Amino acid sequence: MSTRRFFAVALVVTLLVAGVASYYASSHPDGLEYVAEQTGFIDSAEDSATADSPLADYQTSGVDDARISGGLAGVIGVVVMLLLSTGLFWLVRRREPHDVDHGDGHDADRHAHQSEA
Amino acid sequence: MHVPDGFLDAPTSLATGAVAVAAVALSLRGARRELDDRTAPRAGLVATFVFAAQMMNFPVGAGTSGHLMGGALAAVLVGPWTAVLCLSVVLVVQALLMADGGITALGTNITLIGIVTVVVGWAVFVLLRRVLPKRVSMVAPAAAVGGFVSVPVAALVFTALFSVGGNVSVDLGAVLTAMLGWHVVIGVGEAVVTGLVVGSVVATRPDLVHGARPLLEERDLELRPGLVR
Repeated sequence: MSTRRFFAVALVVTLLVAGVASYYASSHPDGLEYVAEQTGFIDSAEDSATADSPLADYQTSGVDDARISGGLAGVIGVVVMLLLSTGLFWLVRRREPHDVDHGDGHDADRHAHQSEA
Repeated sequence: MHVPDGFLDAPTSLATGAVAVAAVALSLRGARRELDDRTAPRAGLVATFVFAAQMMNFPVGAGTSGHLMGGALAAVLVGPWTAVLCLSVVLVVQALLMADGGITALGTNITLIGIVTVVVGWAVFVLLRRVLPKRVSMVAPAAAVGGFVSVPVAALVFTALFSVGGNVSVDLGAVLTAMLGWHVVIGVGEAVVTGLVVGSVVATRPDLVHGARPLLEERDLELRPGLVR
């Protein structure tokens, strides 16, 4: 499988999970919430400062249909995640020597980067 | 296991916040070794996949659910330093955009889900890779076991934090038993998802799996002994 194809498949799977399959996710409280209920500290939970955000609890405010509301929130989340995380990793990555050489013939520059790597 | 605001007091939240900041700073340095032009986009995709997978709560019986944490999964796919950053971005987006996990609890959530599960998952994986037969087919099972162990350990660390800085005083023994019990079961789900996802990538493109790299190099050496210098 080519890398391009692999990425395309992985992205489609990710979008399907967040945008479609998430509707069928269990709505029961998660392990921590459940334990907090059972052992009596659930009431110490406070609403998050972002509880009124338009995508709070993975629902898009103003969209009535639960399936679309949740799916849309998931897809928006995926797009934000992809941009933020890929952007971060692109900034953090080590630059290959050929990347910093823009063909301007500064050999010294190039050697400096090679020795750094 | 996203901790909401209010479970832990301010000093504890500040302390986990400091741990999170230090770990992210270290990981930004460490990830330079794991990320290049080819792996950076892949790491972005892994972080995004973990975000999506965390939306899929699976039932674990008796009115409870769990979802993938993804520390072991991300560490095996893109390396442990990058995995800490992957999970941190996921947790920041969840807290700010989706109100999933508290804001003052962000440091706690990065500590539990971003650091503990990555460190434990990766450590167990590396240990198993050392003792299991040196085959690429062992990568997915080793990752699955790493995922399984990471979840109850994170539950244990939460309980420890709660015993120090819980805002309500409750029976800590009961909290410990319940947290461990449920998260062992959730760990089974973590193992299944981690094993399936790592297994699919290993089956299609083993060269894209960070944790499989030493095994692939060994295999290449065996296949082409003439090329060994």
